[in-house]
Amino acid sequence: MSHTSREQLDLEAQDLLKTYGAKKLTVKERLAIPGQEMPAQIPSERVNNMQEVALGYTEAQVKVEALRCLQCKNAPCIKGCPVQIDIPLFIAKAAEGDYAGSVAVIKENSLLPAICGRVCPQESQCQLTCTVGKSLKSIDKAVNIGRIERFVADWESESKQRSTPLIAAPTGKKIGVVGSGPASMTVAADVRRAGHDVVMFEALHKTGGVLVYGIPEFRLPKRIVKEEFDTLLAMGVKIERNFLVGRTAKLADLMEREGFDAIFLGTGAGLPRFLHIEGENLVGVFSANEYLTRSNLMRAYDRNRAGTPLYNSRKVAVFGGGNVAMDAARTARRLGAEEVTIVYRRTEAEMPARREEVAHAKEEGIKFLFLHAPLQILGDEKGRVHQVKLITCRLGDPDDSGRRSPIEIPGSEALYDYDTVIVAIGNDSNPLIKQTTEGLDVNRWGNIIVDEKTCKTSLEGVYAGGDIVLGAATVILAMGQGRQAAKAINEYLAGMGESD
Amino acid sequence: MFTILDKEKISAEVFKMEVLAPNIARERKAGQFVILQQGGDFAERIPLTIADANPEKGSITIVFQAVGEATHELATLEVGQSIANVLGPLGQPTHIEKFGKVLCVGGGVGVAPMHPIAQAMKQAGNELKIIIGARNKELILLEKEMRAMADELIICTDDGSYGRKALVTEPLKELCESWKPDLVVAIGPPIMMKFCTATTRPLQIPTVVSLNTIMIDGTGMCGGCRVSINGETKFVCVDGPEFDAFAVDWDNLLLRLGTFRSEEQEAHHRCHIGLKINEGEA
Repeated sequence: MSHTSREQLDLEAQDLLKTYGAKKLTVKERLAIPGQEMPAQIPSERVNNMQEVALGYTEAQVKVEALRCLQCKNAPCIKGCPVQIDIPLFIAKAAEGDYAGSVAVIKENSLLPAICGRVCPQESQCQLTCTVGKSLKSIDKAVNIGRIERFVADWESESKQRSTPLIAAPTGKKIGVVGSGPASMTVAADVRRAGHDVVMFEALHKTGGVLVYGIPEFRLPKRIVKEEFDTLLAMGVKIERNFLVGRTAKLADLMEREGFDAIFLGTGAGLPRFLHIEGENLVGVFSANEYLTRSNLMRAYDRNRAGTPLYNSRKVAVFGGGNVAMDAARTARRLGAEEVTIVYRRTEAEMPARREEVAHAKEEGIKFLFLHAPLQILGDEKGRVHQVKLITCRLGDPDDSGRRSPIEIPGSEALYDYDTVIVAIGNDSNPLIKQTTEGLDVNRWGNIIVDEKTCKTSLEGVYAGGDIVLGAATVILAMGQGRQAAKAINEYLAGMGESD
Repeated sequence: MFTILDKEKISAEVFKMEVLAPNIARERKAGQFVILQQGGDFAERIPLTIADANPEKGSITIVFQAVGEATHELATLEVGQSIANVLGPLGQPTHIEKFGKVLCVGGGVGVAPMHPIAQAMKQAGNELKIIIGARNKELILLEKEMRAMADELIICTDDGSYGRKALVTEPLKELCESWKPDLVVAIGPPIMMKFCTATTRPLQIPTVVSLNTIMIDGTGMCGGCRVSINGETKFVCVDGPEFDAFAVDWDNLLLRLGTFRSEEQEAHHRCHIGLKINEGEA
């Protein structure tokens, strides 16, 4: 596979700028500008390190990419964005080189552009509806909105242009934010800005939730998450780590004994799902959560320094087709596995993972076994995984998710050699808060039921958002709910009047 | 901060620490545990059962054996220093009620987590007998405390250096036959619990065990602690740590505990050099 260096991509972009940069462009001309490739580490090198794979656009590239935007009046991209960022406006500002202005536009709706620019599934959101992609009859040719977003967010951070948001006068109200992932980060910032005291409760010894334990360094560097927390701390948000609400204190205790006026629950989807097939508890079968947490949160990839051990794998099978499956597979590759295979029961078209991650995984030599479903995991005499029985599937009619469902083909079972299995088929909701909180309504999957607009739960003063409400969703959706909840909390507290 | 208020070296590798942790001390109930992490990017998270707590003082007591890198490092901390991270109380509390006659069996450092359970059983009005066992006299824990609350205390050592020269299963079998307890609670090394289960099962005496498996977060997120209970997968951290002993798939549990054995043995050797423990002393 060919690989073009960042320097080469930059030179090409500079040439394009000479052609297109100085004049008023017609639609036809804009459509003729080639989409800018994301510079990336060379695949053969990056499989030996944990550093970020996507290196980010150069300034010339971001200007060229921004020129591709047609500035459509009806802006279908905004409708595709879960938080309705004014995408044409931030792109127009980027095209002019007004990066501060550009990032300010994004921040009106999204608090975490450096993170969302990296992890949003743009091809199924803003870029899906992009007119450029439609005109050129390929979703891959849509304006690379996410890459522009990432550039301006990184520019803000690197040029030290970030300022701590202004905080309103103290209100005397106290809000507890449970969890420290993207939904909670957003709520903490927005509620603190209104002058309320905010205490964030995190069960783990590090903050950031899934951004820290789940998403690997090579996709989302931890320094970016840390920067967001530095800002929250500078704003005066207090953080209590090692605090599991439901155990260290119950939600009712926080409200009644500790005097919290409102609580936001952003605890995430915390219980890894398994397939319930024979052999699932053999040695060498891991949930993706465990595998990734060992590597990311506990830094087990740094074998000489980390106390947390890693399993030595040669041939790894990853069950699942989402981002977490890609993360787990690419992590296994970096940890020294010789062969890593994604086993997915549908085809590539139905895979929920971001396209860029799938492309990167392929470049890194990850194999894909589509239309195969696991039936059984077999162990050796020491109870360690040594084979997996898979059955071939074909696609049937669409199911509830709108994707065509896999149908097993009888008699097509076969055994495959693997020594490690990573199960990445999603999470169920953690029942702890529900079990320890009277009157909190949840649906039959255990997700907290909230009002669609305000994210208010069945309990007075208690709000919820992110995966604990949505099931497995995305960072941007979690953040969007955080925004809604924060607005509702601020209104609720304003309505309570002055506290004494 | 989780400041160490008191520290006692019980034997070459077993330590008892009283740690300031007011929230945990207030909430904890018998049978629950904590997870410790000693700060920084690289230290391991380790689950330890809470041996005792003093809500007024805001302290909890942990008893641990230095078996891995993290527990060895923990052992190097002194009074006045603090443990960076302590999360808890985790897991489901022990089901305490008046069963009638309760027999508690503790092996090795498992005697420490058994202490609050035995205490609670006694307070609930149960008749209480206790068997504790260890490799040798040095390693017998909490004898005084156990003697104070038990109607009868039986001590066993593997080498006969104290009490009966026997495994705990020997007096367990005798008492099950003669005293006929209504409930047996067994806590200790997994192999001991497995054999206690094998002892009580034919006599059909309800038996509860407390499992200490591989675990990272302790909140249900990683699933590393999963065990097979009556063929169904359960998480020790949220569904346990206590289970019906007859429902546990012991062979699978023992295999899973060995997942990282080769990596851990290497680390253990390095630790002994740091703690100045001589070969054969532990």
